[in-house]
Amino acid sequence: MTGQHQYTEYHPRWLRQPVSTYWWLQQRSYLAFILREASCLFVAWFVVYLLMLVRAVSESEMSYKQFLGWSASPIVLLLNLVSFFFIGLHAITFFQAAPRAMVVHVGRRRVPDRVVGAAHYLGLLAASGIVAWILLGA
Amino acid sequence: MSALLMPILLVLFGLAFPLGWLQPPAHAHLLAVLSHPLTRLALFGLCLLSLFHWAHRFRHTLYDGLQIKHLNEVIAVTCYGGAIGGAVAAAYLLWQVP
Repeated sequence: MTGQHQYTEYHPRWLRQPVSTYWWLQQRSYLAFILREASCLFVAWFVVYLLMLVRAVSESEMSYKQFLGWSASPIVLLLNLVSFFFIGLHAITFFQAAPRAMVVHVGRRRVPDRVVGAAHYLGLLAASGIVAWILLGA
Repeated sequence: MSALLMPILLVLFGLAFPLGWLQPPAHAHLLAVLSHPLTRLALFGLCLLSLFHWAHRFRHTLYDGLQIKHLNEVIAVTCYGGAIGGAVAAAYLLWQVP
């Protein structure tokens, strides 16, 4: 037999099982994951709310009072209440993930995860105290 | 940044003041606080980082969650473009504070 065999690469089709759009409803852990991701929507809403407050304060005292009146309307209150839960969820899940992302060493010893997590909560308390003092007490 | 600052700001301006649990700060006091350069800088940082946090997470939620892979470019431009636009608006509004 003479001649050289020519081989062609054979690529089998990839096995791609179609994934349902509602895959996140199949398990509680999936739903928890999507809810955590959805918390970003309420973060964006609060940025808009904050900028509306800044604009109202910048314009005049009347605008500020009108903004406070508008923020007391049932729809806005409900939206802010829901936002509070989602922003709380965002903060808690972020603090839970932080020790896994931040591996802190002091010298050659690794700082325990619970210490890193606790530091985040203390930071939240400190930041909240400072903001509340500036707005209410100073 | 949003995890540290947003909870207290939301509790105060979103719930406590509108519901009357606490007396809202006087306009003059709030304007004085807002006028301070450090406050403007902190608020701008909060808005910028929060908007990009939203853009990134929302983009991936649509991509992974709702499996909208075929609109990836449109979603990316809309999300990050929206974040940039929001940051520019935040910079303008904070610059305009008297």
